[in-house]
Amino acid sequence: MSTGETIAEAAGAARGEESAPRVRAFEWAPVRGVWRRELALYRRYWPSTSFASVVEPTIYLLAFGYGFGSIIGTVYGYEYREFVATGVVATAVLFIGAFGGMFNTFIRRSFQRTYDAMLAAPVDVRELVTAEASWLAAKAGVYGCAPLLVGIAFGLDPSWGMLLVPFIGFLTGLLFSLFGIWVSAIVPSINTFDYIITGVMTPLFLVAGTFFPVDQLPAWASTAAWFNPLYHCVELVRDSVFGKLGVHDLTHVGVLIAYTAFLWGLAVWKMRARLID
Amino acid sequence: MTNLAPAIFIRGAVKRYGEITAVDGLDLVVPDGICLGLLGPNGAGKSTTMRLLTGQSRADAGEIRMLGLPMPAQSKQVRALMGVVPQMDNLDEDLTVRDNLAVFAHLYRVAKGEREAAVRRAMGIAQLTDRAGTRVSKLSGGMRRRLLIARGLVHSPRLVLLDEPTVGLDPQIRQELWSLISRLREDGVTTLMSTHYIEEAERLADECALMSHGKVVARGTPGELIKEHAGEEVQEHFAPSERLAELESLAKGLGLSTRRTGPSVSVLKSEQLTEEQRARLGPPNVRRAPTLEDVFVVLTGETVE
Repeated sequence: MSTGETIAEAAGAARGEESAPRVRAFEWAPVRGVWRRELALYRRYWPSTSFASVVEPTIYLLAFGYGFGSIIGTVYGYEYREFVATGVVATAVLFIGAFGGMFNTFIRRSFQRTYDAMLAAPVDVRELVTAEASWLAAKAGVYGCAPLLVGIAFGLDPSWGMLLVPFIGFLTGLLFSLFGIWVSAIVPSINTFDYIITGVMTPLFLVAGTFFPVDQLPAWASTAAWFNPLYHCVELVRDSVFGKLGVHDLTHVGVLIAYTAFLWGLAVWKMRARLID
Repeated sequence: MTNLAPAIFIRGAVKRYGEITAVDGLDLVVPDGICLGLLGPNGAGKSTTMRLLTGQSRADAGEIRMLGLPMPAQSKQVRALMGVVPQMDNLDEDLTVRDNLAVFAHLYRVAKGEREAAVRRAMGIAQLTDRAGTRVSKLSGGMRRRLLIARGLVHSPRLVLLDEPTVGLDPQIRQELWSLISRLREDGVTTLMSTHYIEEAERLADECALMSHGKVVARGTPGELIKEHAGEEVQEHFAPSERLAELESLAKGLGLSTRRTGPSVSVLKSEQLTEEQRARLGPPNVRRAPTLEDVFVVLTGETVE
């Protein structure tokens, strides 16, 4: 065996453990470690991830933008396909964040036991949740721009404000991935996600001002939309892309941050309950 | 942190899951530098004990200190210094050998400049250097198990927890892993190894703790345990079941422990028998040296492999 020296070295290093790094309550090192894993997975799966993230919004754009667009014309002075191209950013962000949060997290916790392995290393649930959610958020920020690029290809005017969209996508993606992680920690089985997808995500996705303005809805529904985080994302994206940013957008950012902070707490709490007995 | 503290100190640990008490007043001290075999049948509480030591389970009562640090309060610091090899293979199947180790080098805070060397060293331990770029899903069972062990050693820990390191593997692979584990001991790494294979404990452990129903029921070197509880010789009688029952009660009357294995009864400490007593029991079919298994069965009434 060629390991003689290696384990001896290991033991030697181990005896000097007083020099081992002191760990703190929340650290970025384990977060980077989890990202390192995600990066390795992404390197392997990027073609399928990218395909889904680009083709899906393209289909929405073509179907709604050109389908409905031909009968609707303009909404609030925008061409309907411009209205939809900006709205679909939020859809992409919702799907990447929430689906990733629900399915990836459930599979890694329950089937692959990846999290058991990680928590036996110096990683805490807070770091784990933060790492998984922020990775998904970064993906949402990047792929959330796909609908705009597709939109540009179909005639949407590029604007400087579009440079803000990845950040809006990141924040909203963080929110929904935390939502997904929280859900993954409270469902009894992976099949329960069907209820969440149909009962929660579909209404969120439809009543967010993506395909039609929420103030066209009955009063109760447009009030309800205000509580939908996705609505605030849609508003921020449109204001950025169309150069309408103003003080009122701080409210949208504030609502998204508040939801994110709340969901982070929930996700950490429930994941801890599932992973540590 | 003091070097005088034992690597593992457990006093009165209790862990309940609803009605079930998995760990029931466990006392266990593992001094620095030894390999302690935690031996017991399935369900004795070995895996729960391991989870208490990683902070993934929280004890309902009792005191646990690892490397001198209180658990679970300082569990993260402890986990940074300790390597864990779980019973269940939880390697990342989609990642390569190298990536699996690299992720854990990150998680274990191996400094940036040393990470690559640490990963290479761990691949050497696992004897998978030529498989660095192979995905785990393409490795054989033995290779996966070696990688699982090497993953727990990537940061050169001074303390390693091995939870049933060879469970479910065929004998040849098991022996391969044994030489890997005995290397650890030679190099002074403190090891707590749970197992339900007697032979594994006998070969690898400096000391054994026999666990049954959530407690340690005996502790010592394999030789001491055998001597104390099973004596120097065992005589085994093969007979029809009525005769076996008779032999059992005879031996019991003489103050000797017996052990029933299928069609035979083993009488422990048979060296203590007088000529007259031997005559009453009749000639045995086999005289043999006692084993740790005899000790285990005598102490717990349970069998292990």
